[in-house]
Amino acid sequence: MSSHTLTRPPAPAESSASAARRVLGGLLRSRELAVLLVLVLLVVVTTAKSSNFLFGGDGWRDLLVTPSILLLLAAGQTLVIITRNVDLSVGSTLGLTAYLTGKLFIEVPDLPVPLVFLAGLAFGALLGLVNGLLVAFGRVPALVITLGTLMIYRGVFLEWAGSDRINPSDLPAGFLSLGTDQLLTIPVLTIIALVVVAAVGYYLHTSRGGRELYAIGSDPDAAQLFGLPVTRRVLAAFVVCGALAGLAGVFYAARYGSISSNAGRNIELEAVAAAVIGGVAIFGGSGTVWGAAAGAFLLVTIDRALPVLGIPDFWQRAVVGALIIGAVVLDRVLKKRQERRLIEARDQS
Amino acid sequence: MAEVVKAPQSPVLELAEVRKSFGPVVALRSGSLSVDAGSIHALIGENGAGKSTMVKIVAGVHRRDSGTFRFQGGDVDFGSTAESKGSGIAVIYQEPTLFPDLSVTENIFMGRMPRGRGRRIDRKAMWAEARELFQRLGVDIDPRRPALGLSIADQQIIEIAKAISLDASLLVMDEPTAALSGVEVQRLFAVARSLRDEGRALVFISHRFDEVFDLCDTVTVMRDGAYVGTHRVADTTVPELVKEMVGREVGDLYPKSPATIGEPILQVDDLQSAGVFHDVTFQVRAGEIVGLAGLVGAGRSEIARAVFGVDGYDSGSVRIGDRAVPPRSPRAAIKAGIAFIPEDRRQQGLVVDSSVARNVASVIRGGLTRGGLLTGRAENRAAAPWAAALEVKTNALDMAATTMSGGNQQKVVIAKWLATTPKLLIIDEPTRGIDVGTKAEVHRLLSELAGQGIAILMISSELPEVLGMADRVLVVCEGRITAELDRDTATPETVMAAATNTAPSELSLSKDAEMVHEVTA
Repeated sequence: MSSHTLTRPPAPAESSASAARRVLGGLLRSRELAVLLVLVLLVVVTTAKSSNFLFGGDGWRDLLVTPSILLLLAAGQTLVIITRNVDLSVGSTLGLTAYLTGKLFIEVPDLPVPLVFLAGLAFGALLGLVNGLLVAFGRVPALVITLGTLMIYRGVFLEWAGSDRINPSDLPAGFLSLGTDQLLTIPVLTIIALVVVAAVGYYLHTSRGGRELYAIGSDPDAAQLFGLPVTRRVLAAFVVCGALAGLAGVFYAARYGSISSNAGRNIELEAVAAAVIGGVAIFGGSGTVWGAAAGAFLLVTIDRALPVLGIPDFWQRAVVGALIIGAVVLDRVLKKRQERRLIEARDQS
Repeated sequence: MAEVVKAPQSPVLELAEVRKSFGPVVALRSGSLSVDAGSIHALIGENGAGKSTMVKIVAGVHRRDSGTFRFQGGDVDFGSTAESKGSGIAVIYQEPTLFPDLSVTENIFMGRMPRGRGRRIDRKAMWAEARELFQRLGVDIDPRRPALGLSIADQQIIEIAKAISLDASLLVMDEPTAALSGVEVQRLFAVARSLRDEGRALVFISHRFDEVFDLCDTVTVMRDGAYVGTHRVADTTVPELVKEMVGREVGDLYPKSPATIGEPILQVDDLQSAGVFHDVTFQVRAGEIVGLAGLVGAGRSEIARAVFGVDGYDSGSVRIGDRAVPPRSPRAAIKAGIAFIPEDRRQQGLVVDSSVARNVASVIRGGLTRGGLLTGRAENRAAAPWAAALEVKTNALDMAATTMSGGNQQKVVIAKWLATTPKLLIIDEPTRGIDVGTKAEVHRLLSELAGQGIAILMISSELPEVLGMADRVLVVCEGRITAELDRDTATPETVMAAATNTAPSELSLSKDAEMVHEVTA
């Protein structure tokens, strides 16, 4: 009788042509792949201009290892942004942890390297916990809280380090070599970072907790009414984000060896930018860590490629800025279009 | 339908003399409610009577200050919504609380998704279960689509699917029908009845008496934060309930007085907007109230928005008197003498955080400025007569609009537009979410305005309102005007037939019985 009780007949088997079109459409709609495509294009063009970019001495290695620090930060940032929050303090967390790493090696030169990694993770998690507690219980937007802790952590760093700096000679060779070690031509740091990204991606996609993070960011009030453990989840997101920033600090020490109180300045903005370019909605609820990782790769590669391409300094920054704005505008347009499409589909059924 | 046999038993939910205050404001003085298994219990009362507070106590959003709260025979005291849900209570709020970015399936199972190997979410099992739920509810929704873009009716269905999958023994629905059209309401009722027949208890909050009498077994009336009385629906009448709700006799709910109908004011010709509405031609005369009826989503609001110039249209014309109103310019529309009161007052009609005076003065601001500056005194002076004329109960015009009741907010919006001395008033769902007492006042006001020669185009999903107030009814179905009925020929049957594009005879089939059958099958 009434049309809504009818169930639609099973869809006829797709012809291979329409299946191909669907796959192609999916590719174009997938932000992760779009960013990856731009990245590949950039590498190809830059390599064509100067073959050293990819094939020169450390070209391949640098292409892969330089983004590893930002990869970690972007992965952490994704967790936080998905819950409709943001963590701006990661730049200072990274700097502080990098310095702590150097100090640890100066105090205890024979410290096992894995222990230093654990110390970095734990210290970062502690700083993240402070952020999380302030956001969860202060009822102040995360933007304000973490802007505050960004400055406070940096202040602590300045007070502690002063004009002191850690030099590569202060660090054990076994630790420093981590910054350049490779496994099957792939740098070890990059492998670790990618494993972290994969773990975060797995968690977000396949666990209840991960889906709850999306729900919280999609509509925080509804999540509260729904009885989701909002406070606990948001707190955990900040702790993990801090821990990953701590890990990134250890990476920084291993990669560069020299750490001044300027370490990690402004990198928090790049982490947010990487996530946004990769399709993580700044208002929470959608996006993947894979997109953020692709965004991190793209940002770092742009930084290295544009000078090779002979593009002046000003335009290098402007390109990144335009990418960010473009990504956000694209998100809005796509979301509007999706909404309209869904409404139309509903009206037709 | 099977006769529901009610054996004497202890009620599922029992609230007695429950009290809750927020600071100095007492929201609930003495709330009592007793709901049996296998029954649908209506909870009615004016806005501010304490219904929502009581629901929120049951849902675990608020904690009561004192009083008895028993569920399934034991004393309970929920500290969180999770606790309430865990013990088998599902609450469907007036505004559905879905996560737009997640799939409808994830929305249903959020927090307790089925897990397979290695604690991974088992998506396939989840989709299959969602499909089963939808089939049972008689809807065709793709379980993988996001909740974004669902109609309110479908969002409501998702909420119900949630409740069923929770196997809730008590289901509370706070005004679930406020945004639904006739067919959707019937679908919801069929589902509700089948849930009752399974032995679940339902609490149904509504402002519509026809629904209470159609659906519910018992009814509890509240007034001013306190329990007034409980009746079997079969043993009571609308006037009795209204009297209990307002504590006084309310005059006619639809005080439509005949007005002299004059010259055509609004003339709309062949208005067309691809995919939204087609061939829309109608006129509204001075002193006439024209009701625009139809299902939610039929295109009624879109037509109104196009006439007012908020949205564009592809072809056709809009004229006020003999002046053409240019498309896509609300400014020109206001100048031509059109006033537009949108459906969603809080979002579109009011600056809720501003004072009443500022709101009323906002559309005539141009005329109040002195040397480009606008003073609060000028605003207050301009607003005062309008607020007084409409009996807006606001102690001071300086009060923020957000602190007022829905009925008073609606009056402020109307006042704001009357200040422009319009020729045509377009009003979308004039009494949505407004309590009975104020409803009648808004209706009286509309009738008075028509009496003063203003042409009124009223969009309404409430059939009694359309039939009670309109001199002429235009029925919209799928973007077309499918019927034009005058006051004498407009009946619930003829309007619904035109709104659903079915022959009236087909409609009078016992739809409910049939749908219950399908749902429970």
